[in-house]
Amino acid sequence: MHGNETAHVEFEGVSKSFDGRTLVVDDLDLSVRKGEFLTMLGPSGSGKTTCLMMLAGFEMPSSGAIRIHGRSVHELPPRKRGIGMVFQNYALFPHMTVGGNLAFPLEVRGLDEVQCRERVSRALELVRLDGLEDRKPSQLSGGQQQRVAIARALVFEPDLVLMDEPLGALDRRLREEMQYEIRRIHKSLGVTVMYVTHDQEEAMVMSDRIAVLRRGDVQQVAEPEVLYEEPERSFVARFIGENNRLHGRVRRVDGDICEVETGGQTICALRVAPCGPGDATTLSIRPERVAISPDSGLYTNELDARIEDITFLGDHLRVRVSVCGRSDFIAKIPNIVGHGAMLVGDEVRIGWTPTDCRVLDPDDEEETT
Amino acid sequence: MAIARTSERTGRLIYTGFCVAVFLFLVAPILVIVPLSFNAEPYFTFTEGMLRLDTDAYSMRWYRQIVENEVWTRALLNSLIIGVASTALATALGTLAAMGLSSPAMPGRRLAMGLLISPMVTPVIISAAGMFFFYSNLGLAQTHLGLILAHAALGTPFVVITVTATMSAFDTNLTRAAASLGAGPVRTFRRVQLPLIAPGVISGALFAFATSFDEVVVVLFMAAIEQRTIPRQMWAGIREQISPTILAVATFLIVFAVLLLLTVEWMRRRSTAK
Repeated sequence: MHGNETAHVEFEGVSKSFDGRTLVVDDLDLSVRKGEFLTMLGPSGSGKTTCLMMLAGFEMPSSGAIRIHGRSVHELPPRKRGIGMVFQNYALFPHMTVGGNLAFPLEVRGLDEVQCRERVSRALELVRLDGLEDRKPSQLSGGQQQRVAIARALVFEPDLVLMDEPLGALDRRLREEMQYEIRRIHKSLGVTVMYVTHDQEEAMVMSDRIAVLRRGDVQQVAEPEVLYEEPERSFVARFIGENNRLHGRVRRVDGDICEVETGGQTICALRVAPCGPGDATTLSIRPERVAISPDSGLYTNELDARIEDITFLGDHLRVRVSVCGRSDFIAKIPNIVGHGAMLVGDEVRIGWTPTDCRVLDPDDEEETT
Repeated sequence: MAIARTSERTGRLIYTGFCVAVFLFLVAPILVIVPLSFNAEPYFTFTEGMLRLDTDAYSMRWYRQIVENEVWTRALLNSLIIGVASTALATALGTLAAMGLSSPAMPGRRLAMGLLISPMVTPVIISAAGMFFFYSNLGLAQTHLGLILAHAALGTPFVVITVTATMSAFDTNLTRAAASLGAGPVRTFRRVQLPLIAPGVISGALFAFATSFDEVVVVLFMAAIEQRTIPRQMWAGIREQISPTILAVATFLIVFAVLLLLTVEWMRRRSTAK
């Protein structure tokens, strides 16, 4: 037995290259706990689908080990891994009925007709498609086909289910509905789910933990709240939610707090990435943690700024200011009494606490999300 | 106005006339055989009685002769044995080849494809001569097995092409899905792949059968008396004893070909309608 006891799936130093030169997955380590809903989130080309395909057995890692329940699956062909899989385009067998699709894995396992029928109707009940056994997939809507695909991946009771962007083809409303549906099914069955998506909202809604991938490597694995509140890498800060980023240099380190110089201003911030005086860094501040025109002395960081633009968004205002030599700094101000006094062109003071401002690795900003 | 309409009408008339002429040019030589095969006299021409639609001028005697003459029944039997066996072989091999060639992981797939298709583009006389010498050395010339193998080689390209065409529309995720659900390769092929590529397999098989059923050049080289197929027997009939029996056989072949084409078309419609 390798690794820790509660791990269901482990990736250890896994790399994958299709052409022998570029690594699609680069020395990736990841551990998925039993019964957990873990989402691999990343832009296209980050290697998330490749990871899923290697776990399912459709691709072989170029190096490294993948373990399920502590045992290497290197020698196991896909059909012997016993993993339920939901494909991006559903991959329902078009010539079989819904019932036939669901019975397929059961027939493979040698169940008799009575058992098959019972399990099939139970699985259809789970995805709320009771009584549609005799329909052909082409007679179903996209959302219904999606449910059938999920039912088929669960009907043979695997303890691990992989989903590869299963909601990508659905319209927005249906997608949101299915997110809650998938979460409900996961909670009621307690299976381990590994889910791949590039949609952070989707990941936030369903996941116990999210692994953010970039260029074939895991940037951070954490609960959605932690990922949002405490990003450890500038890529994560940029990819999850909205963030103000200020590039600068570390001037002084004092325990957890650093002084960083950016655009001629000195800012106190929380040290997250290991750094020392003189290092390049990216500061990350959530727009909703920025206060405009605070009473002096309330915040350690207070700067002069100029309002460039105000957008009214109902429950909050989105205010763009220029500060520290940049004009794309955003503050989200809740819609409360008194905001009417702000006007474009006003000189104001903005402020935030050092713990809301994180000192991260320098961001190269190449990729767009 | 009136002038424009007249010229338009003449234009359409010429167009229709041209189309009919092309159609006649293609079909008339074939269709003319059908009434001639009911000739009561042993001639290849329409008798006066036939032109007068005199019922006595028509007869089934040549058809009766096919059934009664052992030469023709044996030829039919040979054609069927060789046709069915070579079709089965060509279909099995061609389908497997097409599936393999559809996988992007297959190295040198263009070259392999070209080699498999080559019997279709090589002049038959060259294939036939080559096969004759090669098969003679192996003792396969003048045997049923030899003809079956030779015809299978000629029929395989048709299967490869039609199955490759249906494979291009086949979603490879279905194979992966079947594997993830626990199915082995054989079950995946039987339950998932074959039902979905069946239209391609069947029309390929029909073409392969038609190829074998029509084939005369290879048979001329390879067949002894005992392996004579229908086309080979017709060849002999035309050269040795001219008799309208050949026309009766030809009519039978025409009907057979039309049925084959209709089946292929029906398969095609069914698969596109889905």
